[in-house]
Amino acid sequence: MSGSLLRRVRVAEVEQVANRIKRFRLVDIDNAPLSEFSGGSHISVVMHSGDRLMRNPYSLMGSPTDTSSYQISVLNCGNDSRGGSKFMHDAVSVGSELEISEPLNLFPPCKLARKHILVAGGIGITPFMSMMNELDALHCDFELHYGVRSLEEGAYCKYLQSRYGSRVNVYLQDQGQMIPLESVLGSQRLGTHMYVCGPKPMIDWALQTAELLGWPAENVHSEQFSAPPPGKPFVVKLAKSGREIEVRGHQSILEALEEHGVDAPFLCRGGACGQCETGVVSCDGFIEHNDHFLTEAERVSGKKIMICMSRIPSGSITLDL
Amino acid sequence: MTISTLKSRPTYPGLSPDHNARSNIIVCDKAGAEAVTELFSRADDTFAKRSTVIVAEGTTDQDAETLKTALAPATVGFQPSLETGIARLREFLKDAPMGLRLYAAGSEPLIGSVVQAAADYSIDHLSIRTEHRGSLKRRVQCVHCKGFTENVTTNPVTCSHCGLTLMVRDHYSRRLAAFQGVCIDAEVPGEVPETEALYQ
Ligand SMILES: Cc1cc2nc3c(=O)[nH]c(=O)nc-3n(C[C@H](O)[C@H](O)[C@H](O)COP(=O)(O)OP(=O)(O)OC[C@H]3O[C@@H](n4cnc5c(N)ncnc54)[C@H](O)[C@@H]3O)c2cc1C
Ligand code: FES
Repeated sequence: MSGSLLRRVRVAEVEQVANRIKRFRLVDIDNAPLSEFSGGSHISVVMHSGDRLMRNPYSLMGSPTDTSSYQISVLNCGNDSRGGSKFMHDAVSVGSELEISEPLNLFPPCKLARKHILVAGGIGITPFMSMMNELDALHCDFELHYGVRSLEEGAYCKYLQSRYGSRVNVYLQDQGQMIPLESVLGSQRLGTHMYVCGPKPMIDWALQTAELLGWPAENVHSEQFSAPPPGKPFVVKLAKSGREIEVRGHQSILEALEEHGVDAPFLCRGGACGQCETGVVSCDGFIEHNDHFLTEAERVSGKKIMICMSRIPSGSITLDL
Repeated sequence: MTISTLKSRPTYPGLSPDHNARSNIIVCDKAGAEAVTELFSRADDTFAKRSTVIVAEGTTDQDAETLKTALAPATVGFQPSLETGIARLREFLKDAPMGLRLYAAGSEPLIGSVVQAAADYSIDHLSIRTEHRGSLKRRVQCVHCKGFTENVTTNPVTCSHCGLTLMVRDHYSRRLAAFQGVCIDAEVPGEVPETEALYQ
Protein backbone atom coordinates (compact mmCIF):
# COMPACT_ATOMS: atom_id res chain seq x y z
CA MET A 1 0.00 0.00 0.00
CA SER A 2 0.92 3.63 -0.35
CA GLY A 3 2.25 3.79 3.19
CA SER A 4 4.81 1.07 2.68
CA LEU A 5 7.07 2.78 0.14
CA LEU A 6 10.23 3.26 2.16
CA ARG A 7 13.46 5.20 1.81
CA ARG A 8 16.72 4.63 3.69
CA VAL A 9 18.16 7.66 5.42
CA ARG A 10 21.18 8.44 7.58
CA VAL A 11 21.16 10.67 10.64
CA ALA A 12 23.38 13.65 9.84
CA GLU A 13 22.88 15.70 13.01
CA VAL A 14 21.33 15.32 16.45
CA GLU A 15 20.70 18.25 18.75
CA GLN A 16 19.14 18.44 22.21
CA VAL A 17 16.73 21.36 21.75
CA ALA A 18 14.87 21.17 25.06
CA ASN A 19 14.86 19.06 28.22
CA ARG A 20 13.21 16.02 26.65
CA ILE A 21 13.28 16.94 22.97
CA LYS A 22 15.89 16.10 20.35
CA ARG A 23 16.07 17.34 16.78
CA PHE A 24 17.26 14.91 14.10
CA ARG A 25 18.44 15.83 10.60
CA LEU A 26 18.03 13.01 8.07
CA VAL A 27 19.69 12.71 4.66
CA ASP A 28 19.20 10.14 1.92
CA ILE A 29 21.65 7.25 2.30
CA ASP A 30 23.09 8.03 -1.17
CA ASN A 31 22.65 11.79 -0.74
CA ALA A 32 19.90 11.71 -3.38
CA PRO A 33 17.38 14.57 -3.13
CA LEU A 34 14.35 13.90 -0.93
CA SER A 35 10.79 14.65 -2.02
CA GLU A 36 9.43 18.15 -1.56
CA PHE A 37 6.56 18.31 0.90
CA SER A 38 3.91 20.78 2.01
CA GLY A 39 3.72 22.59 5.34
CA GLY A 40 2.17 20.38 8.06
CA SER A 41 3.38 17.06 6.58
CA HIS A 42 4.78 14.14 8.52
CA ILE A 43 6.76 10.99 7.78
CA SER A 44 6.72 7.59 9.47
CA VAL A 45 10.00 6.42 10.92
CA VAL A 46 10.48 2.66 11.00
CA MET A 47 12.31 1.48 14.11
CA HIS A 48 13.70 -1.94 14.86
CA SER A 49 14.17 -2.07 18.60
CA GLY A 50 15.16 -5.56 19.69
CA ASP A 51 12.59 -7.91 18.13
CA ARG A 52 10.00 -5.13 17.97
CA LEU A 53 9.06 -3.25 14.85
CA MET A 54 7.57 0.22 15.28
CA ARG A 55 6.57 2.91 12.85
CA ASN A 56 6.00 6.26 14.49
CA PRO A 57 4.80 9.34 12.63
CA TYR A 58 6.86 12.53 13.10
CA SER A 59 6.15 15.96 11.64
CA LEU A 60 8.63 17.50 9.22
CA MET A 61 10.01 20.77 10.47
CA GLY A 62 12.29 22.39 7.96
CA SER A 63 11.62 24.28 4.77
CA PRO A 64 9.23 22.32 2.49
CA THR A 65 11.38 23.18 -0.54
CA ASP A 66 14.66 22.00 1.01
CA THR A 67 15.20 18.54 -0.49
CA SER A 68 18.71 18.05 0.91
CA SER A 69 17.49 16.88 4.32
CA TYR A 70 14.46 16.37 6.54
CA GLN A 71 14.27 17.47 10.14
CA ILE A 72 12.12 16.00 12.88
CA SER A 73 11.88 16.65 16.61
CA VAL A 74 11.08 13.86 19.02
CA LEU A 75 9.83 14.16 22.57
CA ASN A 76 11.11 11.40 24.83
CA CYS A 77 8.00 9.79 26.30
CA GLY A 78 10.23 7.71 28.58
CA ASN A 79 9.57 4.32 30.06
CA ASP A 80 5.82 4.55 30.12
CA SER A 81 5.72 4.31 26.32
CA ARG A 82 6.18 1.39 23.96
CA GLY A 83 9.59 2.83 23.47
CA GLY A 84 9.71 4.37 20.01
CA SER A 85 10.60 7.83 21.23
CA LYS A 86 12.97 6.41 23.85
CA PHE A 87 14.65 4.39 21.09
CA MET A 88 15.13 7.57 19.04
CA HIS A 89 16.70 9.31 22.05
CA ASP A 90 18.88 6.47 23.35
CA ALA A 91 19.81 4.35 20.33
CA VAL A 92 19.90 6.80 17.41
CA SER A 93 22.95 9.01 16.90
CA VAL A 94 24.86 10.66 14.05
CA GLY A 95 25.55 7.99 11.43
CA SER A 96 22.59 5.75 12.42
CA GLU A 97 20.51 4.47 9.53
CA LEU A 98 16.71 4.48 9.54
CA GLU A 99 13.87 3.84 7.13
CA ILE A 100 11.23 6.48 6.52
CA SER A 101 8.02 6.74 4.50
CA GLU A 102 7.30 9.44 1.94
CA PRO A 103 5.77 12.64 3.42
CA LEU A 104 2.03 12.69 3.99
CA ASN A 105 -0.01 15.77 4.86
CA LEU A 106 -3.20 15.50 6.92
CA PHE A 107 -2.78 19.01 8.35
CA PRO A 108 -2.29 21.45 5.48
CA PRO A 109 -2.97 25.18 5.83
CA CYS A 110 -6.10 26.27 3.96
CA LYS A 111 -5.02 28.01 0.78
CA LEU A 112 -8.01 30.37 0.68
CA ALA A 113 -7.66 31.66 4.24
CA ARG A 114 -7.08 35.38 4.73
CA LYS A 115 -5.26 34.75 8.01
CA HIS A 116 -3.95 31.73 9.93
CA ILE A 117 -3.98 31.40 13.74
CA LEU A 118 -1.65 28.60 14.86
CA VAL A 119 -2.14 27.20 18.36
CA ALA A 120 0.53 24.84 19.70
CA GLY A 121 1.11 23.07 22.99
CA GLY A 122 4.48 21.48 23.81
CA ILE A 123 5.73 19.08 21.13
CA GLY A 124 2.66 20.09 19.09
CA ILE A 125 4.84 22.91 17.72
CA THR A 126 6.45 20.59 15.15
CA PRO A 127 3.91 20.67 12.26
CA PHE A 128 3.80 24.46 12.57
CA MET A 129 7.55 24.76 11.98
CA SER A 130 7.19 23.79 8.31
CA MET A 131 3.79 25.46 8.05
CA MET A 132 5.18 28.84 9.16
CA ASN A 133 8.08 28.40 6.78
CA GLU A 134 5.64 27.95 3.92
CA LEU A 135 3.21 30.69 4.99
CA ASP A 136 6.05 33.16 5.46
CA ALA A 137 7.45 32.41 1.99
CA LEU A 138 3.99 32.99 0.50
CA HIS A 139 3.62 36.27 2.46
CA CYS A 140 0.53 34.92 4.21
CA ASP A 141 -0.75 36.56 7.37
CA PHE A 142 -0.26 34.29 10.40
CA GLU A 143 0.32 34.35 14.13
CA LEU A 144 1.51 31.62 16.48
CA HIS A 145 0.29 31.07 20.04
CA TYR A 146 2.60 28.56 21.67
CA GLY A 147 2.16 27.25 25.20
CA VAL A 148 5.08 25.45 26.93
CA ARG A 149 5.65 24.23 30.47
CA SER A 150 8.80 26.32 30.83
CA LEU A 151 11.56 27.72 28.64
CA GLU A 152 13.63 24.62 29.38
CA GLU A 153 10.82 22.26 28.31
CA GLY A 154 9.76 24.20 25.23
CA ALA A 155 11.59 23.75 21.95
CA TYR A 156 12.50 26.58 19.56
CA CYS A 157 10.96 29.44 21.57
CA LYS A 158 13.91 31.78 21.08
CA TYR A 159 14.52 30.71 17.50
CA LEU A 160 10.89 31.34 16.52
CA GLN A 161 10.78 34.73 18.21
CA SER A 162 13.92 35.90 16.48
CA ARG A 163 12.79 34.60 13.09
CA TYR A 164 9.15 35.70 13.09
CA GLY A 165 9.19 38.53 15.65
CA SER A 166 5.87 39.71 17.03
CA ARG A 167 3.96 37.07 15.09
CA VAL A 168 5.16 34.55 17.70
CA ASN A 169 3.59 34.55 21.16
CA VAL A 170 5.05 32.18 23.76
CA TYR A 171 3.22 31.41 27.00
CA LEU A 172 5.16 29.93 29.94
CA GLN A 173 3.02 27.74 32.17
CA ASP A 174 5.52 27.93 35.07
CA GLN A 175 5.04 31.71 35.01
CA GLY A 176 1.28 31.28 35.13
CA GLN A 177 0.83 32.40 31.52
CA MET A 178 -2.09 30.99 29.52
CA ILE A 179 -2.98 31.32 25.86
CA PRO A 180 -5.75 33.98 25.86
CA LEU A 181 -7.57 32.05 23.15
CA GLU A 182 -10.95 33.64 23.68
CA SER A 183 -9.65 37.14 23.04
CA VAL A 184 -7.39 35.95 20.21
CA LEU A 185 -10.26 34.25 18.39
CA GLY A 186 -12.77 36.91 19.40
CA SER A 187 -11.18 39.64 17.32
CA GLN A 188 -10.32 38.05 13.97
CA ARG A 189 -11.60 39.12 10.61
CA LEU A 190 -13.76 36.96 8.38
CA GLY A 191 -11.86 34.26 6.50
CA THR A 192 -9.47 33.45 9.37
CA HIS A 193 -8.60 29.80 10.03
CA MET A 194 -7.38 28.25 13.28
CA TYR A 195 -5.06 25.22 13.55
CA VAL A 196 -4.33 23.45 16.81
CA CYS A 197 -1.84 20.72 17.69
CA GLY A 198 -0.96 19.57 21.19
CA PRO A 199 -2.24 17.38 24.02
CA LYS A 200 -5.81 16.13 23.62
CA PRO A 201 -7.33 18.32 26.37
CA MET A 202 -5.80 21.38 24.71
CA ILE A 203 -7.18 20.42 21.30
CA ASP A 204 -10.65 19.84 22.77
CA TRP A 205 -10.49 23.20 24.55
CA ALA A 206 -9.42 25.07 21.42
CA LEU A 207 -12.08 23.46 19.24
CA GLN A 208 -14.77 24.18 21.79
CA THR A 209 -13.65 27.79 22.28
CA ALA A 210 -13.82 28.37 18.52
CA GLU A 211 -17.25 26.77 18.26
CA LEU A 212 -18.67 28.83 21.10
CA LEU A 213 -17.40 31.99 19.41
CA GLY A 214 -19.35 31.05 16.30
CA TRP A 215 -16.44 29.86 14.17
CA PRO A 216 -17.66 27.50 11.43
CA ALA A 217 -16.23 23.98 11.60
CA GLU A 218 -14.69 24.54 8.15
CA ASN A 219 -12.37 27.18 9.66
CA VAL A 220 -10.87 25.02 12.41
CA HIS A 221 -8.31 22.27 11.96
CA SER A 222 -6.52 20.00 14.42
CA GLU A 223 -3.91 17.31 14.52
CA GLN A 224 -3.52 15.02 17.47
CA PHE A 225 -0.27 13.09 18.02
CA SER A 226 -2.12 10.01 19.05
CA ALA A 227 -0.37 6.71 19.50
CA PRO A 228 -2.13 3.36 19.86
CA PRO A 229 -2.99 2.99 23.55
CA PRO A 230 -1.79 -0.26 25.14
CA GLY A 231 -4.06 -2.92 26.63
CA LYS A 232 -4.24 -6.66 27.24
CA PRO A 233 -3.28 -9.27 24.63
CA PHE A 234 -6.03 -10.64 22.36
CA VAL A 235 -6.39 -12.67 19.18
CA VAL A 236 -7.17 -11.47 15.66
CA LYS A 237 -8.73 -14.01 13.28
CA LEU A 238 -8.55 -13.32 9.57
CA ALA A 239 -11.77 -14.46 7.88
CA LYS A 240 -10.33 -14.85 4.36
CA SER A 241 -7.08 -16.67 5.11
CA GLY A 242 -8.26 -18.38 8.28
CA ARG A 243 -5.11 -17.25 10.13
CA GLU A 244 -4.97 -16.41 13.82
CA ILE A 245 -2.56 -13.79 15.08
CA GLU A 246 -1.90 -12.70 18.64
CA VAL A 247 -1.80 -8.96 19.39
CA ARG A 248 0.45 -8.25 22.36
CA GLY A 249 -0.44 -5.67 25.02
CA HIS A 250 1.91 -3.04 23.62
CA GLN A 251 1.06 -3.68 19.98
CA SER A 252 -1.64 -2.37 17.71
CA ILE A 253 -3.53 -4.78 15.43
CA LEU A 254 -1.75 -3.20 12.46
CA GLU A 255 1.67 -3.76 14.02
CA ALA A 256 0.83 -7.38 14.84
CA LEU A 257 -0.32 -8.02 11.26
CA GLU A 258 2.86 -6.47 9.88
CA GLU A 259 5.01 -8.54 12.21
CA HIS A 260 3.39 -11.65 10.71
CA GLY A 261 3.85 -10.48 7.14
CA VAL A 262 0.20 -9.55 6.51
CA ASP A 263 0.04 -6.50 4.24
CA ALA A 264 -2.72 -4.23 5.54
CA PRO A 265 -3.42 -0.71 4.24
CA PHE A 266 -2.41 2.30 6.30
CA LEU A 267 -1.27 5.90 5.94
CA CYS A 268 -1.26 8.00 9.11
CA ARG A 269 -1.11 5.33 11.83
CA GLY A 270 -2.80 7.83 14.10
CA GLY A 271 -6.50 7.11 13.57
CA ALA A 272 -7.05 10.17 11.39
CA CYS A 273 -6.90 9.34 7.70
CA GLY A 274 -9.31 6.42 7.38
CA GLN A 275 -7.03 4.30 5.23
CA CYS A 276 -6.84 1.32 7.59
CA GLU A 277 -10.61 0.94 8.04
CA THR A 278 -11.38 -2.78 8.25
CA GLY A 279 -14.64 -4.70 8.35
CA VAL A 280 -15.47 -6.67 11.51
CA VAL A 281 -17.06 -10.09 10.98
CA SER A 282 -17.51 -10.91 14.64
CA CYS A 283 -16.12 -9.84 17.97
CA ASP A 284 -16.07 -10.91 21.64
CA GLY A 285 -17.38 -7.97 23.62
CA PHE A 286 -16.82 -4.31 22.78
CA ILE A 287 -14.32 -2.61 20.49
CA GLU A 288 -12.27 0.14 22.16
CA HIS A 289 -12.41 2.74 19.38
CA ASN A 290 -9.40 5.08 19.71
CA ASP A 291 -9.54 6.75 16.29
CA HIS A 292 -10.83 10.18 15.24
CA PHE A 293 -12.28 8.91 11.99
CA LEU A 294 -15.38 6.72 12.43
CA THR A 295 -18.72 8.37 13.10
CA GLU A 296 -20.57 7.68 16.34
CA ALA A 297 -23.06 5.53 14.41
CA GLU A 298 -20.27 3.47 12.86
CA ARG A 299 -18.71 2.92 16.27
CA VAL A 300 -21.93 1.74 17.80
CA SER A 301 -22.61 -0.63 14.89
CA GLY A 302 -19.41 -2.55 15.70
CA LYS A 303 -19.00 -3.37 12.00
CA LYS A 304 -15.82 -1.39 11.43
CA ILE A 305 -12.49 -0.91 13.18
CA MET A 306 -9.46 1.31 12.54
CA ILE A 307 -6.71 -1.21 13.09
CA CYS A 308 -3.90 1.33 13.60
CA MET A 309 -5.41 2.55 16.88
CA SER A 310 -8.27 0.43 18.18
CA ARG A 311 -8.34 -2.87 20.03
CA ILE A 312 -10.55 -5.11 22.16
CA PRO A 313 -10.17 -5.73 25.92
CA SER A 314 -9.65 -9.50 25.57
CA GLY A 315 -10.81 -12.57 23.65
CA SER A 316 -10.86 -12.53 19.87
CA ILE A 317 -12.05 -10.44 16.94
CA THR A 318 -12.59 -11.72 13.37
CA LEU A 319 -11.68 -9.25 10.62
CA ASP A 320 -12.69 -9.21 6.97
CA LEU A 321 -9.08 -9.72 5.81
CA MET B 1 -35.87 18.77 -8.51
CA THR B 2 -32.52 19.60 -6.94
CA ILE B 3 -31.20 16.04 -6.84
CA SER B 4 -28.79 14.81 -9.47
CA THR B 5 -26.24 12.11 -10.07
CA LEU B 6 -23.74 14.77 -11.15
CA LYS B 7 -21.27 15.60 -8.39
CA SER B 8 -21.01 19.30 -9.16
CA ARG B 9 -24.76 19.72 -8.68
CA PRO B 10 -25.09 21.58 -5.35
CA THR B 11 -27.40 20.31 -2.61
CA TYR B 12 -29.29 22.50 -0.15
CA PRO B 13 -29.76 20.76 3.20
CA GLY B 14 -32.09 23.38 4.70
CA LEU B 15 -31.65 26.23 7.18
CA SER B 16 -30.67 25.51 10.77
CA PRO B 17 -29.69 28.11 13.37
CA ASP B 18 -26.08 28.48 14.57
CA HIS B 19 -26.81 29.50 18.15
CA ASN B 20 -23.15 30.33 18.78
CA ALA B 21 -22.83 32.82 15.94
CA ARG B 22 -22.55 36.37 17.17
CA SER B 23 -24.25 37.72 14.08
CA ASN B 24 -26.30 36.08 11.34
CA ILE B 25 -26.63 37.43 7.84
CA ILE B 26 -29.52 35.90 5.90
CA VAL B 27 -30.12 36.56 2.20
CA CYS B 28 -33.47 35.46 0.76
CA ASP B 29 -36.08 36.18 -1.89
CA LYS B 30 -39.83 36.29 -1.23
CA ALA B 31 -40.23 32.50 -1.41
CA GLY B 32 -37.12 32.02 0.73
CA ALA B 33 -38.46 34.42 3.38
CA GLU B 34 -40.88 31.67 4.42
CA ALA B 35 -37.95 29.40 5.18
CA VAL B 36 -36.44 32.22 7.27
CA THR B 37 -39.66 32.60 9.27
CA GLU B 38 -39.59 28.86 9.93
CA LEU B 39 -35.92 29.09 10.91
CA PHE B 40 -36.73 31.79 13.49
CA SER B 41 -39.57 29.71 14.91
CA ARG B 42 -37.13 26.84 15.48
CA ALA B 43 -34.48 29.04 17.13
CA ASP B 44 -34.42 30.82 20.50
CA ASP B 45 -35.56 34.49 20.71
CA THR B 46 -32.12 36.02 20.81
CA PHE B 47 -31.26 34.38 17.51
CA ALA B 48 -33.49 36.67 15.45
CA LYS B 49 -32.18 39.68 17.42
CA ARG B 50 -28.67 38.86 16.24
CA SER B 51 -29.86 38.44 12.65
CA THR B 52 -29.96 40.72 9.62
CA VAL B 53 -32.17 39.67 6.73
CA ILE B 54 -31.59 40.97 3.21
CA VAL B 55 -34.65 40.45 1.01
CA ALA B 56 -33.15 40.56 -2.47
CA GLU B 57 -36.25 40.85 -4.63
CA GLY B 58 -38.67 43.67 -5.37
CA THR B 59 -41.59 43.78 -2.91
CA THR B 60 -44.72 45.92 -2.60
CA ASP B 61 -44.87 48.17 0.46
CA GLN B 62 -47.55 45.95 1.86
CA ASP B 63 -45.48 42.79 1.38
CA ALA B 64 -42.53 44.53 3.00
CA GLU B 65 -44.61 45.41 6.07
CA THR B 66 -45.88 41.87 6.39
CA LEU B 67 -42.37 40.47 6.11
CA LYS B 68 -40.97 42.93 8.65
CA THR B 69 -43.58 41.82 11.15
CA ALA B 70 -43.08 38.15 10.41
CA LEU B 71 -39.29 38.42 10.79
CA ALA B 72 -39.20 40.69 13.86
CA PRO B 73 -37.07 41.28 15.88
CA ALA B 74 -34.49 40.74 13.12
CA THR B 75 -33.25 43.76 11.18
CA VAL B 76 -34.80 43.49 7.73
CA GLY B 77 -33.52 45.34 4.67
CA PHE B 78 -35.25 45.37 1.28
CA GLN B 79 -33.39 45.44 -2.02
CA PRO B 80 -35.09 45.77 -5.40
CA SER B 81 -33.10 42.98 -7.08
CA LEU B 82 -30.71 40.09 -6.55
CA GLU B 83 -27.86 42.27 -7.82
CA THR B 84 -28.40 45.07 -5.31
CA GLY B 85 -29.00 42.46 -2.60
CA ILE B 86 -25.59 40.93 -3.26
CA ALA B 87 -23.97 44.39 -3.29
CA ARG B 88 -25.51 44.98 0.15
CA LEU B 89 -24.22 41.60 1.34
CA ARG B 90 -20.71 42.53 0.23
CA GLU B 91 -20.88 45.69 2.33
CA PHE B 92 -21.71 43.59 5.38
CA LEU B 93 -18.92 41.10 4.72
CA LYS B 94 -16.24 43.65 3.91
CA ASP B 95 -15.18 44.44 7.48
CA ALA B 96 -16.95 41.67 9.34
CA PRO B 97 -15.23 39.66 12.08
CA MET B 98 -15.26 35.89 12.55
CA GLY B 99 -18.35 34.73 14.38
CA LEU B 100 -20.63 35.73 11.52
CA ARG B 101 -22.79 32.98 10.03
CA LEU B 102 -24.18 33.27 6.55
CA TYR B 103 -27.51 31.82 5.32
CA ALA B 104 -29.23 31.82 1.92
CA ALA B 105 -32.81 30.79 1.12
CA GLY B 106 -34.70 30.96 -2.15
CA SER B 107 -34.03 30.23 -5.81
CA GLU B 108 -30.83 28.62 -7.01
CA PRO B 109 -29.47 31.78 -8.66
CA LEU B 110 -29.92 33.55 -5.32
CA ILE B 111 -28.14 30.85 -3.33
CA GLY B 112 -25.43 30.56 -5.97
CA SER B 113 -24.82 34.32 -5.98
CA VAL B 114 -24.47 34.37 -2.19
CA VAL B 115 -21.99 31.48 -2.26
CA GLN B 116 -20.08 33.15 -5.09
CA ALA B 117 -19.83 36.53 -3.33
CA ALA B 118 -18.91 34.90 0.00
CA ALA B 119 -15.93 33.17 -1.62
CA ASP B 120 -14.39 36.61 -2.17
CA TYR B 121 -14.33 36.97 1.62
CA SER B 122 -12.84 33.48 2.12
CA ILE B 123 -16.08 31.97 3.39
CA ASP B 124 -16.13 28.23 2.71
CA HIS B 125 -19.27 27.28 0.78
CA LEU B 126 -19.87 24.37 3.18
CA SER B 127 -20.21 26.78 6.09
CA ILE B 128 -23.12 28.59 4.41
CA ARG B 129 -26.51 27.20 5.46
CA THR B 130 -28.83 27.01 2.47
CA GLU B 131 -32.42 26.11 1.65
CA HIS B 132 -34.02 26.00 -1.77
CA ARG B 133 -37.49 27.53 -2.01
CA GLY B 134 -39.74 28.62 -4.83
CA SER B 135 -38.86 28.59 -8.50
CA LEU B 136 -36.48 26.03 -10.00
CA LYS B 137 -35.21 28.66 -12.45
CA ARG B 138 -31.54 28.51 -13.28
CA ARG B 139 -28.75 30.81 -14.36
CA VAL B 140 -27.15 29.25 -17.43
CA GLN B 141 -23.79 29.96 -19.00
CA CYS B 142 -23.45 29.23 -22.72
CA VAL B 143 -20.20 27.27 -23.02
CA HIS B 144 -19.79 28.64 -26.57
CA CYS B 145 -20.12 32.45 -26.19
CA LYS B 146 -19.70 32.45 -22.35
CA GLY B 147 -22.74 34.70 -22.02
CA PHE B 148 -25.17 34.21 -19.12
CA THR B 149 -28.88 33.67 -19.57
CA GLU B 150 -30.88 34.46 -16.44
CA ASN B 151 -34.11 32.93 -15.11
CA VAL B 152 -34.07 29.87 -17.36
CA THR B 153 -37.14 27.68 -16.84
CA THR B 154 -37.00 25.47 -19.93
CA ASN B 155 -34.75 22.86 -21.46
CA PRO B 156 -33.52 23.38 -24.11
CA VAL B 157 -33.25 27.16 -23.99
CA THR B 158 -32.11 29.79 -26.47
CA CYS B 159 -28.89 31.58 -25.47
CA SER B 160 -29.82 35.22 -24.91
CA HIS B 161 -26.44 36.30 -26.33
CA CYS B 162 -25.53 34.14 -29.36
CA GLY B 163 -28.91 32.57 -30.06
CA LEU B 164 -27.73 28.94 -30.05
CA THR B 165 -30.15 26.34 -28.75
CA LEU B 166 -28.66 25.09 -25.49
CA MET B 167 -29.22 21.90 -23.57
CA VAL B 168 -29.09 22.81 -19.86
CA ARG B 169 -26.84 20.37 -18.02
CA ASP B 170 -26.68 19.61 -14.28
CA HIS B 171 -22.99 20.51 -14.52
CA TYR B 172 -22.62 23.47 -12.15
CA SER B 173 -19.83 25.99 -11.60
CA ARG B 174 -19.64 27.46 -8.10
CA ARG B 175 -17.23 30.13 -9.31
CA LEU B 176 -19.69 31.33 -11.97
CA ALA B 177 -22.81 30.44 -9.98
CA ALA B 178 -24.28 28.98 -13.17
CA PHE B 179 -25.22 25.76 -14.92
CA GLN B 180 -23.63 24.83 -18.24
CA GLY B 181 -25.58 25.15 -21.47
CA VAL B 182 -24.28 23.16 -24.45
CA CYS B 183 -25.39 23.53 -28.09
CA ILE B 184 -27.90 20.75 -28.70
CA ASP B 185 -28.16 20.83 -32.52
CA ALA B 186 -24.48 21.03 -33.47
CA GLU B 187 -24.69 17.88 -35.63
CA VAL B 188 -27.91 18.63 -37.47
CA PRO B 189 -28.81 22.31 -37.02
CA GLY B 190 -32.48 22.71 -36.26
CA GLU B 191 -32.90 19.15 -35.01
CA VAL B 192 -34.01 20.03 -31.52
CA PRO B 193 -35.98 17.99 -28.99
CA GLU B 194 -39.23 19.37 -27.70
CA THR B 195 -38.85 22.18 -25.17
CA GLU B 196 -39.82 21.10 -21.68
CA ALA B 197 -40.67 23.46 -18.83
CA LEU B 198 -38.33 21.65 -16.43
CA TYR B 199 -37.32 24.48 -14.11
CA GLN B 200 -40.57 26.31 -13.30
C1 LIG C 1 0.55 12.87 12.56
C2 LIG C 1 1.45 12.69 13.75
C3 LIG C 1 2.58 13.49 13.88
C4 LIG C 1 3.44 13.34 14.98
N1 LIG C 1 4.52 14.17 15.09
C5 LIG C 1 5.33 14.06 16.16
C6 LIG C 1 6.46 14.92 16.33
O1 LIG C 1 6.74 15.76 15.48
N2 LIG C 1 7.23 14.77 17.44
C7 LIG C 1 6.95 13.82 18.41
O2 LIG C 1 7.69 13.73 19.39
N3 LIG C 1 5.88 13.01 18.28
C8 LIG C 1 5.08 13.09 17.19
N4 LIG C 1 4.02 12.23 17.07
C9 LIG C 1 3.85 11.17 18.08
C10 LIG C 1 4.78 10.00 17.78
O3 LIG C 1 4.41 9.37 16.58
C11 LIG C 1 4.77 8.92 18.87
O4 LIG C 1 3.46 8.59 19.19
C12 LIG C 1 5.52 9.37 20.10
O5 LIG C 1 6.87 9.63 19.76
C13 LIG C 1 5.48 8.32 21.18
O6 LIG C 1 5.95 7.12 20.68
P1 LIG C 1 6.48 5.96 21.60
O7 LIG C 1 6.70 4.77 20.73
O8 LIG C 1 7.63 6.40 22.44
O9 LIG C 1 5.31 5.78 22.57
P2 LIG C 1 3.88 5.14 22.40
O10 LIG C 1 3.82 3.80 22.98
O11 LIG C 1 3.46 5.25 21.04
O12 LIG C 1 3.15 6.02 23.43
C14 LIG C 1 2.46 7.22 23.26
C15 LIG C 1 1.95 7.63 24.64
O13 LIG C 1 1.11 6.59 25.14
C16 LIG C 1 1.37 6.36 26.48
N5 LIG C 1 1.72 4.93 26.74
C17 LIG C 1 2.24 4.05 25.87
N6 LIG C 1 2.44 2.85 26.44
C18 LIG C 1 2.01 2.95 27.71
C19 LIG C 1 1.96 2.03 28.81
N7 LIG C 1 2.37 0.77 28.74
N8 LIG C 1 1.46 2.48 29.97
C20 LIG C 1 1.02 3.76 30.07
N9 LIG C 1 1.06 4.65 29.08
C21 LIG C 1 1.55 4.28 27.90
C22 LIG C 1 2.53 7.24 26.88
O14 LIG C 1 2.09 8.24 27.75
C23 LIG C 1 3.08 7.81 25.64
O15 LIG C 1 3.37 9.17 25.80
C24 LIG C 1 3.16 12.36 15.97
C25 LIG C 1 2.03 11.56 15.84
C26 LIG C 1 1.17 11.70 14.75
C27 LIG C 1 -0.05 10.82 14.64
S1 FES D 1 -3.83 4.45 9.16
FE1 FES D 1 -4.88 6.33 9.15
S2 FES D 1 -6.61 5.86 10.35
FE2 FES D 1 -5.40 4.10 10.52
